[in-house]
Amino acid sequence: MEFPGISVYWIIVVLMMMGFYVVISQHNLIKKIVGLSIFQVSVFLFYIAMGKVSGGTAPILSDGIETYSNPLPHVLILTAIVVGVATTALGLALVVRINDAYGTIEDNEIQAMEDDK
Amino acid sequence: MIAHHLPVLQIVIPLMAAPLCMFLRHHVWCWLLAVVISWLSLAMSVGLLMQVQDQGVVIYEIGGWAAPWGIEYRIDQLNSFVLVVISAIAAVVMPYARASVDKEVPRDRAFLFYSMMLLCLTGLLGIAITGDAFNLFVFLEISSLSSYVLISMGRDRRGLTASYRYLVLGTLGATFYIIGVGMMYMMTGTLNIADLAKLIPAVAETRTIQAALAFLTVGLCLKLALFPLHMWLPNAYTYAPSAVTVFLASTATKVSVYALIRVIFTIFGGVDILDTLQVSDLLMVLAIAGMFAGSAVAIYQVNIKRMLAYSSVAQLGYMVLGVTMANVSGVTAGIIHLFNHALTKGGLFMAMGCIAYVIGSVRLDDMAGLGKRMPLTMAAFLAGGLSLIGVPLTAGFVSKWYLIQGALEKGWWPVAVLIVLSSLLAVIYIWRVVEMAYFKDPPEGCEAVTEAPMSMLIPMFVLIAATYYFGIDATTTVDIARSAADVLIGEIK
Repeated sequence: MEFPGISVYWIIVVLMMMGFYVVISQHNLIKKIVGLSIFQVSVFLFYIAMGKVSGGTAPILSDGIETYSNPLPHVLILTAIVVGVATTALGLALVVRINDAYGTIEDNEIQAMEDDK
Repeated sequence: MIAHHLPVLQIVIPLMAAPLCMFLRHHVWCWLLAVVISWLSLAMSVGLLMQVQDQGVVIYEIGGWAAPWGIEYRIDQLNSFVLVVISAIAAVVMPYARASVDKEVPRDRAFLFYSMMLLCLTGLLGIAITGDAFNLFVFLEISSLSSYVLISMGRDRRGLTASYRYLVLGTLGATFYIIGVGMMYMMTGTLNIADLAKLIPAVAETRTIQAALAFLTVGLCLKLALFPLHMWLPNAYTYAPSAVTVFLASTATKVSVYALIRVIFTIFGGVDILDTLQVSDLLMVLAIAGMFAGSAVAIYQVNIKRMLAYSSVAQLGYMVLGVTMANVSGVTAGIIHLFNHALTKGGLFMAMGCIAYVIGSVRLDDMAGLGKRMPLTMAAFLAGGLSLIGVPLTAGFVSKWYLIQGALEKGWWPVAVLIVLSSLLAVIYIWRVVEMAYFKDPPEGCEAVTEAPMSMLIPMFVLIAATYYFGIDATTTVDIARSAADVLIGEIK
């Protein structure tokens, strides 16, 4: 496999699966949010890597430059970053409220308390 | 002039009203604003539906930028119908919300509640109206984020954890969707849905596109709560404030069904994806499993709101089943069930809201003798329950009729039998409530007849009456659904 070539996609997939694994395996609600963020960021990287044209430069018109990278995926990701920040903020706000209501942020302990009543 | 700008006004007006609520801050003014905006939305969507019926597809280029570079709103038979469904439900829920929210949401937070309702409405309308795959993601997240907030607003602390779990799964679903969109962009260089439909067939054999389809399907099935990806749904519906449950149960998952139809029949319409990649078999098996698992679990629930939530999982199975048949009757059934189920489940959850308002509980044991104490509400529940089962003269019967017809046209008679059998399960869980309410005596010492305020009863009866109106005279809805299905099936070459 040539380097860097498509190795960037391997990195992205590994990162994505790490985030996904954290979401599934962790009981701590904040750690789940961390995993979710890693998962989302790997998708941002996926879009950014996709927009890169080899040999291309930043998409600003100037003399003597022929190849530009594709700016559209980068712009899309600006939107997706905003969504990601909003999700993380909302998730953490919910964790604060859950901590107030239950006195713990461990998923299995909360589950046990909910099963009781 | 105004008519020309209707598509964008449909989105901009509720979007602008949401922050306005934050400035008004008074719960009555915010409620009035929400009611006015939702009625305005309904008027606009009906206007759009009429435009589409008259002159075919309506295309609106945002900011005058031509597609595929700019974002276009593209309204055809199918999404004009979905727009009407969403805004009609919103227009009925907003008046209902007043009394219910007063009881269930702390008053100092009521203005936030209406603000979030309007944002959620914006997001759902946006998903339906947009002709751009990435734009769809943005609207999906607007509606999802606001619905997480709405679910967490009730007084029960379990609403918080339900909202958190929905947030995690919902974000995973939306992110899966966006990975799929990215892969399609890699291969085609476009995000416009109509443009994608043209370009996909040339690259359909590549593994990237096939992976994209997998991501899109799984992501959207998570959002629409197809069995076994429905784990977020029961708790979210159970612990959300009543008005939120009504609104989300009748619109949010339906819009995701619409998005799935778009992906399968419009974007991948040129490659007959349902046959070549066996997506159809997979979705069909899951849909049928959902029909039975949802209903079977519903039978054992003691919390009736949760029972109806599991029944929603089963009903979503019917919709997806109709879609996988990929013939005109099947897809018509899917689209029409989307509408009929929104009415039925909306009415049933409204009845639950009224019961929660009066007796403060929706548990089965507390409903003993309720038929005598709340005769109007229980009558509405019974009437809605009949439509859920699919008794003739109700809207539920119309959709099941077309669904069975679609199955028979395909020669899938075992599927037709399964549809009937799973409907019988609905009889059992509705009967449990009816038996408790009508054949048990009310507990000693409770007051005689009390009903929820008129502002809650009237919207409930509007929805229940609509299920019967569209059950007896289904020509309007069937015509629209059938012509939408014709267009969709026509796109498969």
